[in-house]
Amino acid sequence: MNVKPPAVELRQVTKRFGAVVAVEELSLTVQAGEFLTLLGPSGCGKTTLLRLIAGFEAPDTGTVWLGGVDVTTLPPHRRDVNQVFQSYALFPHLNVRDNIAFGLRMQRRPAAEIASRVAEVIGLVALAGCEDRKPQQLSGGQRQRVALARALAPRPAILLLDEPLSALDARLRQTMQIELKRLQRQVGTTFVLVTHDQEEALTVSDRIALVNRGRIEQLGTTQEIYHQPATPFAAEFIGQANLFEVELFRRGDGMAWLRFGGGFEVGVATGAWPENVARRRVSIRPEKIHLSKTRLPGTGAFEAKVVEEVFKGAHNRFTIETAGGLRLTVLAANESALREAIHAGDRVWCAVHADDVVVLGETRNGRGQPP
Amino acid sequence: MSPGSAQRRRPGLTAWLLLAPLLLWLLAFVVAPAAILILYSFAERDELGRVAFGFSLENFQRVADPTYLAVFGRSVGYAALTTVICAVLGYPVAWCIARASEKWRHRLLLLVMIPFWTSFLIRTYAWITILKSEGLLNGLLLWLHAIAAPLELLYTPAAVIVGLVYAYLPFMILPIYGSAEKLDPALLEAAHDLGCGPWRAFVRVVVPLTLPGFYAGVLMVFVPAIGMFAITDLMGGARVPMIGNVIQDQFVGQARDKPFGAALALVFMLLFVAVYWLLQRRAERKLA
Repeated sequence: MNVKPPAVELRQVTKRFGAVVAVEELSLTVQAGEFLTLLGPSGCGKTTLLRLIAGFEAPDTGTVWLGGVDVTTLPPHRRDVNQVFQSYALFPHLNVRDNIAFGLRMQRRPAAEIASRVAEVIGLVALAGCEDRKPQQLSGGQRQRVALARALAPRPAILLLDEPLSALDARLRQTMQIELKRLQRQVGTTFVLVTHDQEEALTVSDRIALVNRGRIEQLGTTQEIYHQPATPFAAEFIGQANLFEVELFRRGDGMAWLRFGGGFEVGVATGAWPENVARRRVSIRPEKIHLSKTRLPGTGAFEAKVVEEVFKGAHNRFTIETAGGLRLTVLAANESALREAIHAGDRVWCAVHADDVVVLGETRNGRGQPP
Repeated sequence: MSPGSAQRRRPGLTAWLLLAPLLLWLLAFVVAPAAILILYSFAERDELGRVAFGFSLENFQRVADPTYLAVFGRSVGYAALTTVICAVLGYPVAWCIARASEKWRHRLLLLVMIPFWTSFLIRTYAWITILKSEGLLNGLLLWLHAIAAPLELLYTPAAVIVGLVYAYLPFMILPIYGSAEKLDPALLEAAHDLGCGPWRAFVRVVVPLTLPGFYAGVLMVFVPAIGMFAITDLMGGARVPMIGNVIQDQFVGQARDKPFGAALALVFMLLFVAVYWLLQRRAERKLA
């Protein structure tokens, strides 16, 4: 059987800049045709990873493979990879058409083929009518599209995007996120995107590699990353999270019962709690805590007092405090009935489903937890 | 019309006072010399070599004389060759300096500028010491047994070119460096990313984007190189006179024909202005 090799493979790659270790012993596989996002805080090494794939940096140790071929020593112009730069890096002396045709001309394709491909790509990114303009005469959003078109025109096996939307305003950014996703589905090219914006990562990606301090903290689908964060860092970086340290109280009936500092207990599936561990951190997403004014049945319910209520439009954000003094953030959809029901100062009943209590591991690199 | 706008139209006394230094400077060093030159160029020379003012076009007719046209042609040729060599040598140097780390950039720029700390004449004499028959270069070649007898290097056209290139190379490097340093490194990465090897990236991206600096360099080398007389005198041994030598000769040399010298100078000055204007227009059109 002919198995398609992965589009990108980093094997045990380390890259240092002087005394700073940007990437440490990192391995990553990107499947052909997927949209993978490298997500992480600034300075975590995600841009260096992209530059290692593009060939602008060479790893100190380890190898880079593209489509099953070791390209560690190949310069950027010999790699079947194109990049959308954060600053777009459009050639100011060339108009839109010539910018987009640049890569094809470098491949010495016939003029007729170049013309038809350029027209095709211009249609793809909806830039018709701008062909003869210089980059300086375009808006930020249009420049972004030219940068995309220029990188896509030579049909690279892999498209790299370095924070491509960071220079756009919030509204345009959201539109472009959807469009980027649509474009990737349409052309079927492997996309590797770098961003520090978790919402952007969730919107566009098939899979997310969460990068922290030069290592991959967690790699998974957007659903996995959000619903099953592996570490406290992962839980806090993506979405909001209530993090607590809890204690194993007892096991029984296929459940592991955890005692929270606030004096209440919540059960999780017994398999979710590792053997021979007494204390661990857990994460509960704010929208997974359900509030009610009436006493809730079941063992996972506990009582608390609402200390703060913030109206956020589509939802309300409550801060509640348990009898033991533990504070939690709760997000509740803004239904009119609920809005009338719960206010600051009220006593409420809270319930959490066993599946929504995520038992976290330690931060991967063992260099302590993020602040 | 309101009184306010009328006031704004006519500069007040303060404005004139503030402008005065600039206007005086322009008057003394641009307008007056040009006026003297124009006045002289229409004058005539009397038997004693003094200037007899009048209105005569004879000087300009003499400028068109084939002898002087040949000299002028040679000057343009030498200056053009100097400019080409300076460009070929200067572009890579300027580019490398611009791409060097900040620490090295300052050191390398200093190296380019160090020659300016020494008098131009002393540097030219140093070249004579190197190139003359019993000079350093011949000595080295003899010692290496590369040649049997000393080569005649000095007082040749090649020596003049060497002297001109040496004198004007920094004026090519510095403006190109100025343009190259401002070039966004991401543009070069984009070029590499889209399939350019180093050479093609240089030709397709670096050169087009540093053209303003290059044109400035061409002007700063070509124009003064045409009029240069000291190097042609000292290193060419007056065997290959340039237009600069001819003009110098009219003013302070044996020819002693100031009106004719003025006419020569005026014609070539207008030619430089025309070249400058053409280059400027091309540069503007490129960037538009």
